[in-house]
Amino acid sequence: MHAFGARVNIHEYQAKEIFRKYGIPIPPGEVATTPEEAEAIARKFGKTVVVKAQVHAGGRGKAGGVKLARTPEEARSIAAQILKLTIKGLPVKRVLVTPAADIASEAYVGIIVDRASKRPVFIASPAGGIDIEEVAAKTPEKILRHPIDPRYGLQGFEAMQLAFFLYSDMKQVRPAAKILQQLYRAFSENGGSLAEINPLVTTPTGEIVALDAKMVIDDNELERRPDIAALRDESAEDPSELEAREASLTFIKLDGNVGCVVNGAGLAMATMDLVKYYGGEPANFLDIGGSSNPGKVVAALRIITRDPNVKTILFNIFGGITRTDDVANGIVTAIKQRPLKVPLVIRLTGTNEEIAVKILSEHGLSAMTDMDEAVQKAVALATGGKAA
Amino acid sequence: MSIFIDKNTRLLIQGITGRDGSFHARQMIAYGTQVVAGVTPGKGGQKFDDSVPIFNTVAEAVQQTRVTAAVIYVPPPFAADAIMEAADAGIPFIVAITEGVPVLDMTRVYPFVKERGARLLGPNCPGLITPGQSNVGIIPGRICTPGPAGLVSRSGTLTYEVVYQMTRANIGQTTCVGIGGDPINGTNFIDCLDAFEKDPATKAVVMIGEIGGTDEQEAAKFVREKMKKPVVGFIAGQTAPPGRRMGHAGAIISGSAGTAAEKMHAFEENGIGVAKRPRDVVDLLKRALR
Repeated sequence: MHAFGARVNIHEYQAKEIFRKYGIPIPPGEVATTPEEAEAIARKFGKTVVVKAQVHAGGRGKAGGVKLARTPEEARSIAAQILKLTIKGLPVKRVLVTPAADIASEAYVGIIVDRASKRPVFIASPAGGIDIEEVAAKTPEKILRHPIDPRYGLQGFEAMQLAFFLYSDMKQVRPAAKILQQLYRAFSENGGSLAEINPLVTTPTGEIVALDAKMVIDDNELERRPDIAALRDESAEDPSELEAREASLTFIKLDGNVGCVVNGAGLAMATMDLVKYYGGEPANFLDIGGSSNPGKVVAALRIITRDPNVKTILFNIFGGITRTDDVANGIVTAIKQRPLKVPLVIRLTGTNEEIAVKILSEHGLSAMTDMDEAVQKAVALATGGKAA
Repeated sequence: MSIFIDKNTRLLIQGITGRDGSFHARQMIAYGTQVVAGVTPGKGGQKFDDSVPIFNTVAEAVQQTRVTAAVIYVPPPFAADAIMEAADAGIPFIVAITEGVPVLDMTRVYPFVKERGARLLGPNCPGLITPGQSNVGIIPGRICTPGPAGLVSRSGTLTYEVVYQMTRANIGQTTCVGIGGDPINGTNFIDCLDAFEKDPATKAVVMIGEIGGTDEQEAAKFVREKMKKPVVGFIAGQTAPPGRRMGHAGAIISGSAGTAAEKMHAFEENGIGVAKRPRDVVDLLKRALR
């Protein structure tokens, strides 16, 4: 499932630690960062183990990131292989070593916040262990959706209804209902955008255990939850996007050659669209946010100029709360620190526009006031044509 | 005429002495908005800029001044509480500017506000303006001018861009409303379209959407089924890669619903003129108003 909104991914082993605190039965497991550690953990368990890559990417199994090891020696060599992998661009730096479980059947349970009903919604399916979106598309009758009133939480009778959809034997129904309530508490008390157990496994002896765990946190929660913020694994994120976040910018790298610096997400997207409309390709999405300070602009230029594909940099600033003179000062400061190797096109209008234009012209720069003209000029410069 | 606010709106500002609150309080007062009270706990009894009385609680402010709307500038961890305080005091229209309110907070706030019969705009929105009468929020007043077009948008600065182009082309506005980019918000496109349809002064409506969710598609259906007035639209995010968040928490493409292409198609299918560029909104509007 996809969680929407501003998100922080945490690793499987971290989600399992949270779930365990709420009483959800989770098989033991330990994290290794070297093959030697993996071997020692496997020796301690004294049985066949699973070695699982800890990265923020789906499809770990298909990428060779999840493997069985029958002996401690095998655990060591498999961990060595997995720790060399890069899955969907993300290098594997940790593995989780956990005893292999015997599986009789697999179910799915998850919670997301639903935009339409404005509530958290439970999703349950007896067809677990596979991609739940595939189940939803091919066999929708195997999926149950249940919205929760967040002021009361998941009540006992609701948990039982969901559990009866998954199991028929009371030996499974009761513990499953308990797990669902524990999962809801873990989700709501930790600021979740998503909490998921896939698979929720029934063992041959009839016990229910959570074999995998996934949790995504709403990043608006982090300010009041330093304990959750500490779970964020910054080595598992794109370095430029991380640097941007530290400077309070939103940056997403794309493949084009027109670097864009814009205030506001909607205008940033519209600017990218206009670059494309006039025959160019945007190199990034970059929103400097509402209240600009010159430091943000300096950071923005540093991040964008690192991309060798960028042939032109386009500023599109509509001053409201953002003061255009702050942006102009940031541009001037950044260029003094490190002169640009690519042409710069600046469009700004709004708050303190006259001051901004004066600052720029004192440093040999000029500004345009029309968005379309600025974008056309930037595209022409990037594609080697004459400036519009 | 206008929707939601006009010259008779009597505004309370929650967080009036904060950095953002005080700056925008002065802007709104300068525009002519009737700011009748402010709330900052601990500063009750003082006056803001020697003119606006400050109260410790919203309830007190409501008892002692006649308030018809509230605007909230408090920091994200306290925003949910501020919204509930305003609704509980009986204020019928509440605008939450604050960006970064946790989504789970909003799942609890929304039913609370609804049950008290209040309308919430936002959070994470620029507010709204009825040009020449009242400005509530952070939209720069000087880019707007009175006229026949209503505008509703999910974004902030993109709204300014479109309004600016409209004003330059001498197309004025009845009311411009920013509903905000968060996944859970108090007022959606349909609420605003419905209000514009009922407002005799509004002759045409501009709707500015973004990738993510299905609000625009549902709004498009509403336009065809329930509206007689012409509507034109623009969707931002045609070049956005799937699955990536583009600043607004709401702007993520999840599954099949929510791409720009899908939304533009829904607009066209339901008789809404689609602008390819923000500036094309002007020509579409001119034709609609003819």
